This record gives sequence, structure tokens and C-alpha cells, in this order.
Amino acid sequence: MSHQVLDARNLLCPLPVIRAQDRVKQLQPGDVLEVRCTDPGALNDIPAWCRINGHDVLQAGEQAEEVVVTLRVGES
Amino acid sequence: MSEPNQIQARAVALISGGLDSMLAARVISDQGIHVEGLNFFTGFCVEGHTHAIRNRDRKRAKRNNALWVAEQLGIKLHIIDVIEEYKEVVINPKHGYGANMNPCLDCKSFMVRKAREWMTAHDFDFIITGEVVGQRPMSQRRSTFPVVQRESGAGDLLLRPLCAKRQPPTLPERQGWVDREALFDFNGRSRRPQIALAATLGIEEYAQPAGGCCFLTDSAYSRKLRDLWQSRGDKHYELDDIMLLKVGRHIRPRPHFKLIIARDSGETHYLQGYRRRFNHLTMTSHSGPLTLLEGEVTAADIELAARIAARFGQGRDAERVVFDAVVDGLTSGLSVQPLAPENVQPEWYL
Repeated sequence: MSHQVLDARNLLCPLPVIRAQDRVKQLQPGDVLEVRCTDPGALNDIPAWCRINGHDVLQAGEQAEEVVVTLRVGES
Repeated sequence: MSEPNQIQARAVALISGGLDSMLAARVISDQGIHVEGLNFFTGFCVEGHTHAIRNRDRKRAKRNNALWVAEQLGIKLHIIDVIEEYKEVVINPKHGYGANMNPCLDCKSFMVRKAREWMTAHDFDFIITGEVVGQRPMSQRRSTFPVVQRESGAGDLLLRPLCAKRQPPTLPERQGWVDREALFDFNGRSRRPQIALAATLGIEEYAQPAGGCCFLTDSAYSRKLRDLWQSRGDKHYELDDIMLLKVGRHIRPRPHFKLIIARDSGETHYLQGYRRRFNHLTMTSHSGPLTLLEGEVTAADIELAARIAARFGQGRDAERVVFDAVVDGLTSGLSVQPLAPENVQPEWYL
């Protein structure tokens, strides 16, 4: 299982979601992806995208001026 | 020819985040058809972007309505980046522009074409949209529906559930994958049928009743885009260009350069991300916004820009306002007298 970090800072939604979506396509079920963003909208959008598409949100919150969402890739 | 209901058909739905596409996806899903959503990001989508920039918008609920709709419907949503391909639609629309810089008919054909490509690649069977005949003056008219079908290549694999009964039966209807009798015959600009259907389906919350999802329909935004092309002498853009048109006051005091002045600290924070790529002015003697300068500037231009920018900070009534002017990567101090209000020409504002 890999743990990768995606830099989506300075991108406005929905681009962080699109970048996360594209990266997840390259990963395997069980892999972990940490997405770092500056758009506060990502705090809602990435978890929503995960719920819709069957990925687990391990952590979502703000750190300093960044939004960090960590997800585990689902089976589908 | 397949027998009716022999397969579980799979439909791909264009999901904008508004009510019509939500209803279209829902009524097809209610027929037992597997539906997944597509949402295309062109760079001009209103959805989401401005939430992140202005202070006043930071207080609003932040959600992407397409994602929210998909979650309400219990369907997957695929958000597709079409920024590069979409340029041709904006720059050379075969059917021209609407009231502003909105190439709605070309846009609709483009999106249905992209949906058709996705459908083929993912082994889906047909496409659905929330279009209603007569709803929009350019892209949703009786005469333009066949244009979208033809130019997208979707033909009769394109089903518009909300007005299907006013159209010839499509392949999904003829094959029996979809029960035509359970579809609708909406038409015209009234929103009442959609609102009534939403109530019937128990949908109580939805985003804006119609439209408003594209900056190209906005007159102020369109004016700035035309100015951008005129100032460059040709019609092209990069993503950053069109993002910056959404941010700040744009003031062009001379044909060869313009100022982009942040309107609040949220916009200043956002524009700071562009400092390395633009000459810029930072007010140091008073509290004030960051100003980016776009275009080749002379020393006289920079002084004029600083005098204009001084009007938008706390020092607007001061004798002098001091800036750090960063030009070609070199920083120097610049003290100017704020321009008198009557000398800021109204036609400079874009």
C-alpha cells in the first residue's frame, strides 16, 4: 500500500477534485492519498467526491492556511 | 434489435448542478437504469471558484452543486477537465455568440460530443440531458435540438427526458430500455413544471432554478474577455487569464497595459499567487490592496498605475502614498500623489 501526497495548492475548486480524481485512477485499492489544498471549498468537495465514488475519507481538516484531505482508495 | 428490458441499460447524464439535469437523471434512474454523471470543467464555470476568493463569499456555504446533486441522487460523478479543448468553442464558435460571449449552441454540442466519447469508452448505452425545448433562446430551441444531435455525433442516443414526448422517440425509447410514457413534455421558459416535478419526487432542495453556471453569459466578464483579446491583437487565452478576469477591479488607463486591483484581503491573498509572473505594486505607507500590472510598462506607466492604485487604499486622501514597485523582478520604492477622483476616467474601468 502506498501513501502519496498530491499538491493541489493554489488551485480553485473543482480543480483539486479533478487532480485527486486523476491521481486515484493511477492508484490501487487500499492506497492512501493525501491532498493538500488552499481552496477551502476542497474541504467539502473532496470528501463529497469520495463518498460518491466509494473512497474512504481518513481525515479532512485545516492545517495552518491549508486544507488537507487524506483518503483511502476504494474497491470500485 | 434487443427485446425490451433484456439488458440493464447504462446512461451517462450531463450534470450541471442545477435542477433540470438533476430531474432528468432522477427520472431515468427511477426506471431502474444505471446512471452516472459527467460534469465538464471549462474554466468558465461559475461553480466553486469565487467562493474561494472574496471575503464576503467565504462566509457562504461552500459546495460544488454537481457533486451535491450526484450525492443526493446516489450516482457517481466524473468531473472532466476540458479546458484546452474548450478553447476552440470559445474562440471560434461555429454558431456565434449569444447576448454576451456565450457560445451556447456550440458549447452544448461540444459537451454532448464529449459525453458520447465517454459513453463509448466506458461501454454505456445512451446520454441524457436536462434540456427543455424552448427553455433557452440559443441552445434549447426546437430548431437547435437536431443540431446538437448531429454535431455531437450522438444522434438518437441523446435522450432529453424532460421534453422527450415532444421529440421523436430516441433509440433508448424504441428499444424499450426507457419507458417513454413515464417521460415528460415540458416546454417553454416557465419553471413551474420542473418545480412541480421536484415536489412530486420529494426533492425539496436544489440549486438555482436555471442557468447562471457560466461566466461567459455575464456581461461584465464578457467585456473583460473582449478587452483581453483586443489588447493582445488575437483571440487566445490560458487558464490563468480567464481566472484573473474573475478577480479584482480591472482598469485600463492606456491601451498597452491594465491594472488588476484586489477588492479585499481575500483577493489580495489570491493575487499574491501571481506576483512572480506580473509586475506589481504593494502599498507600504498605508493599508491597501495588491495591484498587478498586465502589459509592457514604462516608468511613466508605473507612476500612473501607482497613482490610480493609491485611490483604492487607506491613503487615498494623503499627500503621498508609497509603494514597493516590482518590475522585471527588481523592487524599488515609489512615492506618488493619489490621482484625484475626477481624473480616474470612467472608461478606464473594464
